[in-house]
Amino acid sequence: MAVGKEIRNQISSIKSTQKITSAMEMVAASKMRKAQDRMQKTRPYAEKMRQVIGHIAKANPEYRHPFMVDRPVKRVAYIVVSTDRGLCGGLNINLFKALVRDMRDWKNKGVETEICAIGSKGASFFRNYGGNVVAALTHLGDDPSASKLIGNVKVMLDAFEEGRIDRLFLVSNEFVNTMTQSPKVEQLLPLPESAEEDEIKNQWDYLYEPSSQPILDGLLPRYIESQVYQGVVENLACEQAARMIAMKSATDNAGNIIGELQLAYNKARQAAITQEISEIVSGATAV
Amino acid sequence: MGISVHCDVVSAEEKIYSGLVEMLIATGSEGELGIAPGHTPLLTALKPGPVRMIKQGGEEEVVYVSGGYLEVQPNLITLLADTAVRAHDMDEAAAEQARKEAEKALANRTGEFEYSRAAAELAEAVAQLRTIQQLRKKVR
Repeated sequence: MAVGKEIRNQISSIKSTQKITSAMEMVAASKMRKAQDRMQKTRPYAEKMRQVIGHIAKANPEYRHPFMVDRPVKRVAYIVVSTDRGLCGGLNINLFKALVRDMRDWKNKGVETEICAIGSKGASFFRNYGGNVVAALTHLGDDPSASKLIGNVKVMLDAFEEGRIDRLFLVSNEFVNTMTQSPKVEQLLPLPESAEEDEIKNQWDYLYEPSSQPILDGLLPRYIESQVYQGVVENLACEQAARMIAMKSATDNAGNIIGELQLAYNKARQAAITQEISEIVSGATAV
Repeated sequence: MGISVHCDVVSAEEKIYSGLVEMLIATGSEGELGIAPGHTPLLTALKPGPVRMIKQGGEEEVVYVSGGYLEVQPNLITLLADTAVRAHDMDEAAAEQARKEAEKALANRTGEFEYSRAAAELAEAVAQLRTIQQLRKKVR
C-alpha cells in the first residue's frame, strides 16, 4: 500500500535519531558519575584553601604580596572555563551571557577586558564575539591534569604581577545538582576577604616559619591554581549533567513526534482503506 | 579528656581527616611542631614527613604528607597537603626501594638538576620510612 510513504520515512529517520540521543544520554550519565566523584574528592582541598586564604587576607602581614594589593582598576581579565564539546543544552551560552553582562559593566566604566579561555567552546565564542582572547587551552579531556592548567594560570598571574591587569576573575559553572548548574563569576585577584564569621578581628598576624615571603609566594599561586582546577573539574561534571538532561529531553521529544506521526500515518491509512471499500461498494451497487 | 581543637587534613586528592584533636605533631620546614589547642596563629610550610594526630580520647593516627602548608588558628588547624597517605596504607618495601634508588642516583650523579631531584626523592623516601617506623612503635 502506497499510503503515507513520506510519513513512514520520517518516522524511521526520527527513530534513528532517538537511538543516538538515548545512547548519548546513557554515556553522559555514566561519565557524570565519575566526574561528580572527582569533583567531590578535590572539593575539600579547594574549600580549605579558600578558607585559609580568607584568613590571610584578614591578617596584617608585614610583607604585602602583590596579589593582596587592591589597585585602581584599568584592565580586568577573566579565566573562562567552558566545555570542549557541544550538545549540552544552554550550559555554555548561559555562562557566556553572564560573562558578557559583567564585561559590559566594566566597559561602561571605561575598563578594558581580556579573556583566557579554557575549553574550545569559549575560545571560539569569544573569537567570534570580539572579546580579547589572550590565551586559550582546549581539549583537556575527561580527566584534566592540573599540570596542563598551570601554564595558562601562570600567564595570568604574571600579567597581574606586572600590573598589566588589575583584577582577575574565574568564570565557570557551579554544580548545584544534576538538574541545575548556575554560572558564576568569582574574583580571584586581588584576594577577596572571606565573608565568614568575624571572630578573628583587629590587628593580628601569623607567626611565619621560616618567614612570610617564601610562604606567601608559595601559597598564593597554589591557591589560584587549586581554584581554577576545581572550576575545571566542576565544569566537567556540569557538562555531563547538562548533556544528560539535554539528551534526555531530546529523546523524549523524539518519542512525542514519533507518536504524533504514527497517529497521522494510521489516520491516513484508515482513510485510504475506507475510501477503497466505499469505492468497491459503490462499484458493486452500480453493477 | 583534654581540651581539643578542630582539625582538617586535606590533600589535593581527598579529605584525609576532619575532627577534633588534642594535639597535632607535624614536620615544619624549620623542625618538628606540636600544635595544641589555643595555639597562636601560625603559617608554615611542611617538609615530607609524618603527621601525628592525637585525637580526642587519646587515640592516635599517623598520616604521611609529601609537603604542603599548615595553618593554625586558635580554634582551627588546617593542613593543606600536596599528597597525603594514611600510614596504614603505606608500603614499607616500596619506600625502602625508593630510598635505595635515590641513594644510588645520588652516588653517581651527573648534573645539578638531577642532584636536586634525587635529593628530594631521597628525603621523601626517608620520611616515608620514618612514618612507618613511628606507626610500628605505636602498635607495639
